[in-house]
Amino acid sequence: MAVLTEEQNMLKDQAQAWSRDEAPVTRFRKMRDSGTDAGYEQATWQDIAGMGWTGILIPEALGGSGMDYATFGVVLEETGRHLVASPLFASGLVGASALLLAGNDAQKQQWLPGIAAGTSIVTLAVDEGPHHAPEQIAMTADASSGSFTLNGSKVFVLEGGSADAFVVAARTSGTAGETDGITLFLVPADTSGLGVQPLKTADSRGYADLTFRDVKVDAAAVIGTADAGFPILDAVLDRARAGLAAEMLGTACEAFDRTLEYLKTREQFGQVIGSFQSLGHRAATLFMDMEFARSCVEAALRAIDEGSDEVPILCSLAKCKAGEFLHDMSNDMIQMHGGIGMTDEFDAGFYIKRARAAEATFGGQSYHRRRYISHFGI
Amino acid sequence: MSDLDAFREEARSWLNDHFPSGLAHRSPPGIAGFGARLTGDWKAWQTSLGEKGWSAPTWPAEYGGGGLSPEQAQVLGAEMASRGAISPIGGFGIMMWGPTLLDFGTEEQKQRYLPPIIRGDIHWCQGYSEPGAGSDLANLQSFAEDKGDHFILNGSKVWTSGALEADWMYGVFRTDRNNKYEGISFLTLDMKSPGVEVKPITLISGQSPFNEVFFTDVVIPKENLIGEKNLGWNIGKRLLLHERQGIAGSGGANVVGGSYDIEQVARDYIGLENGVLADGAMRERIAMQKMFAHAYALTGRRFGEEAAVHGPTPAVGIMKVAWAKDNQNREELLVEMLGNRGLGWEGSGFSDNELKTVRTWLRSKANSIEGGTTEINLNLVAKRVLGLKGY
Repeated sequence: MAVLTEEQNMLKDQAQAWSRDEAPVTRFRKMRDSGTDAGYEQATWQDIAGMGWTGILIPEALGGSGMDYATFGVVLEETGRHLVASPLFASGLVGASALLLAGNDAQKQQWLPGIAAGTSIVTLAVDEGPHHAPEQIAMTADASSGSFTLNGSKVFVLEGGSADAFVVAARTSGTAGETDGITLFLVPADTSGLGVQPLKTADSRGYADLTFRDVKVDAAAVIGTADAGFPILDAVLDRARAGLAAEMLGTACEAFDRTLEYLKTREQFGQVIGSFQSLGHRAATLFMDMEFARSCVEAALRAIDEGSDEVPILCSLAKCKAGEFLHDMSNDMIQMHGGIGMTDEFDAGFYIKRARAAEATFGGQSYHRRRYISHFGI
Repeated sequence: MSDLDAFREEARSWLNDHFPSGLAHRSPPGIAGFGARLTGDWKAWQTSLGEKGWSAPTWPAEYGGGGLSPEQAQVLGAEMASRGAISPIGGFGIMMWGPTLLDFGTEEQKQRYLPPIIRGDIHWCQGYSEPGAGSDLANLQSFAEDKGDHFILNGSKVWTSGALEADWMYGVFRTDRNNKYEGISFLTLDMKSPGVEVKPITLISGQSPFNEVFFTDVVIPKENLIGEKNLGWNIGKRLLLHERQGIAGSGGANVVGGSYDIEQVARDYIGLENGVLADGAMRERIAMQKMFAHAYALTGRRFGEEAAVHGPTPAVGIMKVAWAKDNQNREELLVEMLGNRGLGWEGSGFSDNELKTVRTWLRSKANSIEGGTTEINLNLVAKRVLGLKGY
């Protein structure tokens, strides 16, 4: 764990205590069992907004606390430990980032105070197929007489069923595969022609598919500059990847801690199973993976806060390393617990389902290996 | 101007005056303190650096060290790196023996041993492993019999790096046959002593970096005992912790050396199609290797920053495991990418880099054995970091 500032330590303590006492996995289980489409409980969400975490990135003048990504990461790691489900990440980090990076004053004034208060949910709609592929955007936005008409679809939009507005990446020129010609739009959820279909997913969080049929928005809906949206999108995605990697790190660390505890208490053949080298060595290797993932996540968040040139490469590294560790850890959590790990009554199933969904979101390990190595000219 | 900025000015000015500009961004031809006798500009640089004490920047000035704070040492490191000034002084003395002496040596021993280490005048080797004491190091049997004012040493050590060129050895030796752990003493000995014999071991790489060392009635004066008699095991273990911390702090530097740029090898021996490596499976494996190395370097840096605030952690043990994995995996990839060009042994049919890669690949197989095997290090992490029983 990096050396934290006083402010970060306070938030960490707060997030740790609240997640442990007020939002443990039993609460997530209750939400899952309730069958809600939202993928989170209103009470949880209101608690979170009440503590001000939704406004971590948002300037004080707009109702937030104007802190940094490293601080947001500290909170997400703690909520990730207990699988807390809420729009905190999708709106407070991803949606807010898009507006903070490229929104004009009117857009910021209109949306950021609501995001900070938790009364507005703004989320990013980017992918159109089964895999994360931002440069493959095909959805069209045709310009005519000062307005744009959007046609196409977006899939697996995080908190899509609850969102008040979407940051939508669409193509104003060029063809799929090109990075030029992409424009970001801010589209309110109640805009005519926009259809929202909530999805029932394995991880029980809130996702939705979106369809756009002649959805008309005016020029004021453009975030940044028309045709030049890809660099903004890329920057937003990198912030999303680093933030999600922090949450995933927390999820995996909790899986590690619970599994280690089991190795110390479960007895077979008259001894604790952690005394068997085959399990002890795996635990030690997972510990190494955990420390490595942490270094990458913290470096990525720090790079964002420092405005470093290394943001893309470090965010791909962080998402990939956190993904690899969470993947292996969620598998070993089941394996090392044996039969109990397979039961729905035990929590390991929640961890592995959350793991795979988070891995796939904003690029899996395979995607980020390709993105990372492309920086080295091969 | 802050104190640190003032020190930065001082370091810059000193480097301007003393670092021979012709050596910029060049690796030393050998390491003073590990077998090399440098000449010309390199010797002059060694002398300046050693006299200033900046080859061991944080060691106390009273023993010839730089006497710098960790922050100042970081500034010095950055200034040296930015002008490509590499210290030619190193070896076991700088890496592990000096820090251990600072922890355990008497005033007299520190005064005696530290200054020549700092100047790179003395090449130290490490007498640890024995034929029957590898992973179970405390099973060592080389016996130093107490004769009042001296010990008489008989036995042998194995896998002793650089023993052939070494001036002195430090190591762990048995002084009580009835006590496994509390029967070991930490001693130093002059390699020119009568009764010391060194035989190189040829490795699978064809190189002979390791040796067997035989002792026949070697006389060791009592003043060469470090710490108390029979209580040397803790000193020996502390030294290994310094070794692992050194590896953690090296931030991914390949101390085996020799391998060349992995992307360049990929371009030269596999080739690109539309700007992307023609072998997609290999491309992903290269990515994974580079990402592991990157994560390793970031972890070394983070552990360093945290240790400066919270003190050292046994978690550093994973760095030895990771270092071996990183080196071995990279060397495997390099040889595989070379294809049949990576199977040459000697002669003019292969380039120097190709031949060097083969030897380095084979040498890297020792990385998971030397300095504590990967399995032993995993045991230590399981026990000391994770608190598991039975290790």
